[in-house]
Amino acid sequence: MHNSPKQAHRVRKMLLATGLTLSTALATGFAAADPITVVSWGGSYGAAQDAALFTDASKNSGIEIIRESGASMSKTCLQVESGSVTWDLVVTGSGGAASAAAKGCLEKIDYSVVDVSTFYPNLYTDYCVGSDVFATVMSWNTDKYGEPGSPGAPKSWADFWDVKKFPGTRAYRANNVDGALEPALMADGVAPEDVYKVLSTKEGMMRAINKIRELKPHIAVFWGSGAQQAQLMKDAEVDMSTGWNGRFDNAKKDGAKVGYTFNQALLDYDCFAMPKGAPNKDVAMKFLNEISKAEYQANLPFHITYGPTNQKAYEVTTASKELIEALPSHPKNVPMMLPVSLDFYAQHRTEALELYMELLSE
Amino acid sequence: MSSTTINKAGNELMNAKELRADGVREQRLLLSLATPALLAVIAIIVIPVGWLFYLSFVGNDGHLSLENYQKMIEYKSYARTFVTTFQVSLLTTLLCILIGYPLAYFLAIMPARLAGFFMLAVLLPFWTSLLVRTYAWLVLLQKNGILNDFGMAAGLWDEPIKLVHNLTGTLIGMAHIMLPFLVLPLYSSMRKIERDMMHAAANLGASPIQAFWKVYFPLSISGMVAGSLIVFVLCLGFYVTPAVLGGGRVVMVATQITAILENQFNWGAASALGVVLLVATLVILFAVSKLFKLDNALFGKH
Repeated sequence: MHNSPKQAHRVRKMLLATGLTLSTALATGFAAADPITVVSWGGSYGAAQDAALFTDASKNSGIEIIRESGASMSKTCLQVESGSVTWDLVVTGSGGAASAAAKGCLEKIDYSVVDVSTFYPNLYTDYCVGSDVFATVMSWNTDKYGEPGSPGAPKSWADFWDVKKFPGTRAYRANNVDGALEPALMADGVAPEDVYKVLSTKEGMMRAINKIRELKPHIAVFWGSGAQQAQLMKDAEVDMSTGWNGRFDNAKKDGAKVGYTFNQALLDYDCFAMPKGAPNKDVAMKFLNEISKAEYQANLPFHITYGPTNQKAYEVTTASKELIEALPSHPKNVPMMLPVSLDFYAQHRTEALELYMELLSE
Repeated sequence: MSSTTINKAGNELMNAKELRADGVREQRLLLSLATPALLAVIAIIVIPVGWLFYLSFVGNDGHLSLENYQKMIEYKSYARTFVTTFQVSLLTTLLCILIGYPLAYFLAIMPARLAGFFMLAVLLPFWTSLLVRTYAWLVLLQKNGILNDFGMAAGLWDEPIKLVHNLTGTLIGMAHIMLPFLVLPLYSSMRKIERDMMHAAANLGASPIQAFWKVYFPLSISGMVAGSLIVFVLCLGFYVTPAVLGGGRVVMVATQITAILENQFNWGAASALGVVLLVATLVILFAVSKLFKLDNALFGKH
């Protein structure tokens, strides 16, 4: 799901034939504007957004879009700083958006155009509008430790750290500190609601780092991407791993013996951001409003198990109850999780990453 | 008698002057031929590297500062990644020599046509995508991979051996990818060694082993050093293979540069790492060239 800038091949595709666009534009009374450039990630994530959001929204609004892959906040900042912005809307993780906004790379969202009245209150900021909700969870090999919820199955981060009760190997995040420190503190006995308070001091960060150091001999692999999380579980290369829930669901669909729990998981979201000086700012803002509507978000779970950011999507979706209850943003699941604090990452990401890299390079 | 000597000496002096002037003219002409290449080098190497150098002194707030270099001292991870980078590169080079030298020798003593056929074994992987080869090693070496499955089925070992997601896997993958860069220059320099030299050595009473170490090996050193240098320098910038086969435990400079760029969008800090790697590499190459008199190897003077 997340940044895969290595897949640098840019898939440029015009979603609508010009004729169709023109006729729609005429029908809806729009003046035909320049197409806007919408950038997402490759693989199943981008494909899911195409299927659920972009194609239909483009058709209904008459806004012509150019789709590109390889979204990344560092590339966005590079465009902004070099004064050659070609992107209008870019998918990013919430933390990435916060950092990019702090660097002055993002345009402020115009909430008089983008309607977020039915959004969850924490899933949009001044600089980005939530697109989907995902969770960083602990997953495990169900052959080894049992199905989720069964007696004896792992339940909390303390279990993830408990190599006596659950002997075996682990996988953990590589080269990126996002979502890496919180589980360690919870495993060390910090209550979820206190995690970010503890983490906002250097001692707190070191406490988390030391806890990970304790587990390090059992961490067989540090994963670098969502695809790798799924592959590690599919190949049974490790027995437990942290990762993004949608990836494990996909792995399970492919036959992997993998289960996970939302308990103590980190609730996080992806969002759409606009580079500062986007060439088609006004049209892109309208398009952002369109894809944020519940009717499109309601279709996303059919393509990937990430939840909507617009609460109303739960009312209008035709997805089965089972599918809906498996989404991270479902009201039943949310209370079990710790929402990721953007403030923490905005203020401490740089230092946290340095400390984490120090641990990894040991 | 004496006057003719003086005249002759005078003529020689004038001739020498003329010749020198001629030489200088010729050198200038030859140099002008190199102008396009020189301009290209300035455009694609000197300017970007200079820019990189400048950026490395730009702090996060956009002003000139040394913070990017100070950070490298403040946090231990930087020193460690440099050590890891040079360590991995050196070990890969040694592995390549260990495997590549006998292979090149084997190819060099073969009839040319047969050698061409065996050379395919070196070249075919060389023409395959680096990413494909890296992932192929992952499939072979991982816990439930082909090699472990085979070894356990054959009763050679009972528990899966940790062959990948560590330094071992990284070295296996990198040595495989780098091998042709050593074998090709080494093979071509071995081909140039006269077979008669070995016969002469034998004729003078050397045993085959003596003849090899006293005659053949010294003559092949230049090719070996040239190949090793290519391998070593290319290894320093490796990203994909250590990232995939190192399991996140082998953190090299390229990995850290990526982490900084993707998480902090900090061009200055990333540039500083590049500059330090470049300078460290140049220092090492300089030291090695003094040690081994590399001029011969690099510029082909025998």
